[in-house]
Amino acid sequence: MTDVTVTLNGQKITVPEGTTILKAAEKAGVKIPTLCYLENVGLKGIKHDVGVCKVCVVEVEGKQDFVSSCNTPVENGMVIWTNTPKVLAARKLNLEMMLSEHHLNCPTCPKNGICELQSLCAELNVRVIRPRGEKKTLPIDDSSPSIIRNPNKCIVCQRCITACKVLQTVDALELYGNGYDAIVRPKGGVPLIETQCVTCGQCALVCPTAAIVETDDTWKVWEAIADPDKHVVVQTAPATHVTIGEAFGLPVGTDITGKMVASLKRLGFDAVFDTNWSADLTIMEEGYELIHRIKTGGVLPQFTSCSPGWIKFCEEFYPDLIPHISTCKSPQQMLGPIAKTYYAEKKGINPENIFVVSVMPCTAKKYEAARPEMNAASKYWNNPKITRDVDVVLTSRELIRMIREAGIDFANLPDEKYDPIMGEGTGAAQIFGATGGVMEAALRTAYEVVTGKTLERLDFEDVRGMKDIKEASVNMNKVTVKVLVAHCLGAARQLMDKVRAGELKDYHFIEIMACPGGCIGGGGQPIPTTVEERQNRIKGIYERDKKLPIRKSHENPEIQAIYKEFLKEPLGYKSHQLLHTHYTPRGKK
Amino acid sequence: MRKKTGSSRLLLNFLHEVQNQSPEKYLKHEDLLKVSKATGIPLWRLYSTASFYSMFSLKPRKKHIVRICSSLACYLEGSEKYINIFKNPECYDKYTIEESSCLGLCAQAPSAMVDEIPVSLRDVEGILRNPEKIKKGFLKQGSENFKSFNPVIMKNIQEINPESIEDYIKIGGYEGFKKAVKMLPENVIDIIKNSELKGRGGAGFPTGLKWETAKRAKDKIKYIICNADEGEPGTFKDRAIMENNPHLVIEGLLIGGYAIGAKRGFIYLRGEYSLSHNRLSKAIDSAYEKGFLGRNILGTDFSFDIEIITGAGSYICGEETALIESIEGKRGQARNRPPFPPECCGLWGKPTVVNNVETLANIPFIVKNSANWFKQIGVDGSYGTKLFSIIGDVNWKGVVEHPFGLPLSEVIDKFAEGVKGDRLKCIILGGVSGSLIIPEEIQTPVDFKSLAKIGAGPGSGSIIVLNSSRNLIKVLKNIAYFFRHESCGRCVTCRIGTHQIYNIIDKFLSGNGTHEELKILENLCLTMSSASFCGLGQTAPNIIYQSLRKMRNEWEKFIRR
Repeated sequence: MTDVTVTLNGQKITVPEGTTILKAAEKAGVKIPTLCYLENVGLKGIKHDVGVCKVCVVEVEGKQDFVSSCNTPVENGMVIWTNTPKVLAARKLNLEMMLSEHHLNCPTCPKNGICELQSLCAELNVRVIRPRGEKKTLPIDDSSPSIIRNPNKCIVCQRCITACKVLQTVDALELYGNGYDAIVRPKGGVPLIETQCVTCGQCALVCPTAAIVETDDTWKVWEAIADPDKHVVVQTAPATHVTIGEAFGLPVGTDITGKMVASLKRLGFDAVFDTNWSADLTIMEEGYELIHRIKTGGVLPQFTSCSPGWIKFCEEFYPDLIPHISTCKSPQQMLGPIAKTYYAEKKGINPENIFVVSVMPCTAKKYEAARPEMNAASKYWNNPKITRDVDVVLTSRELIRMIREAGIDFANLPDEKYDPIMGEGTGAAQIFGATGGVMEAALRTAYEVVTGKTLERLDFEDVRGMKDIKEASVNMNKVTVKVLVAHCLGAARQLMDKVRAGELKDYHFIEIMACPGGCIGGGGQPIPTTVEERQNRIKGIYERDKKLPIRKSHENPEIQAIYKEFLKEPLGYKSHQLLHTHYTPRGKK
Repeated sequence: MRKKTGSSRLLLNFLHEVQNQSPEKYLKHEDLLKVSKATGIPLWRLYSTASFYSMFSLKPRKKHIVRICSSLACYLEGSEKYINIFKNPECYDKYTIEESSCLGLCAQAPSAMVDEIPVSLRDVEGILRNPEKIKKGFLKQGSENFKSFNPVIMKNIQEINPESIEDYIKIGGYEGFKKAVKMLPENVIDIIKNSELKGRGGAGFPTGLKWETAKRAKDKIKYIICNADEGEPGTFKDRAIMENNPHLVIEGLLIGGYAIGAKRGFIYLRGEYSLSHNRLSKAIDSAYEKGFLGRNILGTDFSFDIEIITGAGSYICGEETALIESIEGKRGQARNRPPFPPECCGLWGKPTVVNNVETLANIPFIVKNSANWFKQIGVDGSYGTKLFSIIGDVNWKGVVEHPFGLPLSEVIDKFAEGVKGDRLKCIILGGVSGSLIIPEEIQTPVDFKSLAKIGAGPGSGSIIVLNSSRNLIKVLKNIAYFFRHESCGRCVTCRIGTHQIYNIIDKFLSGNGTHEELKILENLCLTMSSASFCGLGQTAPNIIYQSLRKMRNEWEKFIRR
């Protein structure tokens, strides 16, 4: 590729041909402000540069009009000015125009403090809103248990459309109407719940305003904690162990497990458990299921079932492949019914009074917990007063808000320990939070169970990292187990098409996580969640795995205890009652 | 030998068909489902596309649809009064009344269309009462008021029947094309380049350069499109060409297709031009019959097909990339440029040339008579003739063809027979996205260079004359209304800017204007013109901005004291 030389604010710079003005400016140390632009939507290479916000405009000598720097490549000899008074005035007025129709209730807005429109206005020194416009009064769509759409706060940047359509290939959102009335809406104008939305929440991660946010369930939790009759237990997902700290000024990827436990205890939860514990339980069940399928000639390859966004995706777009999905519930949904059965029995607590809260990196977990079939404890006790296995799901962002609300100085908390019975998690469970982690954890256990030998090297590097589709194979007693790992639903779609076409028949196990990078990049994670954050969080996950004394699920003493005392054996009767589920073909409506 | 591409690829035509066949004149959910099945286009996209175009309805309508023009030419003739009458009738059981942007019937303003029949707005009420009347049709089409001096394009129109290819051949038709196919395509492009023909759609880009770029593009498949989406309010000169001599467009496309190496040409015709559609379709049919279209034309290796795409009432589709999106069956939203369509990424990702009707109509004459012949017409830098549509407060309205270089004052005095009523207040030149000319400037010759000196251009070629009794701010409100309605809504600047401009003008008219607001208005105009995504937003504030510069007293009259 040839180089081109341009003059930017009087400074000569040389960049490869095809570089955008924005990137060239970065090289010259000039940060051109952007709003609708996103360099990476979830994954590297998925770019959102529709150039509609007109905040990144610059002046190019010889051109009559300003050009948007995010999507205009430099040309040799171009003379660019990024901060002339004319350009600055245009940027400001553009923001003012957006604000002229915006509901300016920033103090009560869920994105207060993390809103890109808000911070950009500060950055560009917007001090007045000269144009006066009427505020839109479109209905707020809270049909989904996971996501709330407030179209009145939408600035039509279309980032969510790219996330939904290009990254996830779900394509549930569309641009509709024209002129002043142009809006982004669920396809067909129906409530979001009626579309093929998989509730992954990637749209909420990229939305620069509060047009798409997670449902806020924090008040339900405050009420439950305050209720003296309720025994409120909380579980924390593997991915939250390395992300909550970001909101409190700690470096991205810092292991804040101990502080998180301490903060939850201070919030008033009666018991603090770890979803890592039930992730180990998942490995036992799912690993044995895989071994069973291989031995008995069951449907292969088996798909993982931990990611509820992926499950809905498969039900919607590949209902014919449902038999491939492991019948194991996700770790969240395993801990819920166990808390209301095994734990209740052990502690002598009336299961009706147990209230299970989970802290998840994920908006789809809210949907998962609300699925009608997720009431195993109720069935177990044959007691309709026990309703849900998991009563409330909080995303990482909601927990952060609760910690702030309670005035807890998170960064300076001492490290505290999870409560026993369901508090011990291994390194294998910890890596569930990153793409490839479920697979690696399963291989660590399956290898030792099948071969009876001790695994020498625990790290399966092949399945780690941000590559969208990864592959590995492991020899176990003459059988070469072949596995695939994909993250983000676009990559999942590629694999599913191949499975459907019968091209992956010699593979045994496929791990899919709906979100790029896995759960650490989930739709409920702290904002911002960019490619860089994802990578650092993944690093944090594997560092914690290395630190832990036990790194294989089947060696978890609390897991061994529950099988001994309660479940008896993987895939046993009680397992099927409490830990396994079924799926619903949904398909096109 | 006619090649049928099938309507499935051209979604807009398909939707028109479906809507016309529907007894309730709308796109029914069930029908769209069928379209989705037949085309493989997902249903939501059909909805998304259909919602964009004002001629498609997603709600049931009555048997007849009356489209009332709300744009400037008709406004000047008092359409407002009628619109208000028709907006609230409880009866008219057989009619759905819709407001429409310019119908291109400006010389007979105020006008409307009942289904496909143009009528005078003054007659609409009578028609609504007595539907039998409609059969007669009220406005004459085709025989537009027409005057010329040294014409090129419209030279022989009195001698020919526009529906007869024989007549066209008799006056030398298709000779330019016959000459072209005997030459190397490069040489054809050289002729056009040497003639310095500039695009007549508004921007004035050299046609030869556009063709050369497309010719050089490496792709094997290329397309050429005639932009017949004449939506600029007050402009109807392309309609005059298509109705009076449709073969010129076809011959122009043929030569262009041959020169750039395209095998398919399209005419993107606005949905409101039904007579143009009929005449172009007939002309295409007879050109196939005579062997000017199809495979191995005139025994050469050159094959070429032309299809008409019917637009659906969206002004933005006159912008070339929006037009391309529209042909692809999408919402007519402009694409980012560069890359420019002739370079690589035009229609279906292929190099594509988009030329205006009048531009293409010049081509056969230039090829037939040489570049030097063409350069003897007009003035330096602006060769050839220009078609103007003159309307507003003048004694004669219609289309004029005249070589470039005639002062505006003479156009008005000689052809339009002078300003009607009072003195001249100003002229809106080149459509509502064009420029504002004040009396001190009317000696300016109409050509690219002279007009550029006063910050103007010939634009679409419409001349809208306003006399001194007009309330300029009301006129501007009509223009602002138009742009607010036609903005595609994609970029912030245009989506909100057009809305804001309209609101501020409205405030002035209700007597609540302030100096501060004038300043905001000025800033909005400047920001829109430089920062909008596409030509629509960039040119929408032109007239308003110029009025602030040149006729500020008109605004100050409305400032609250």
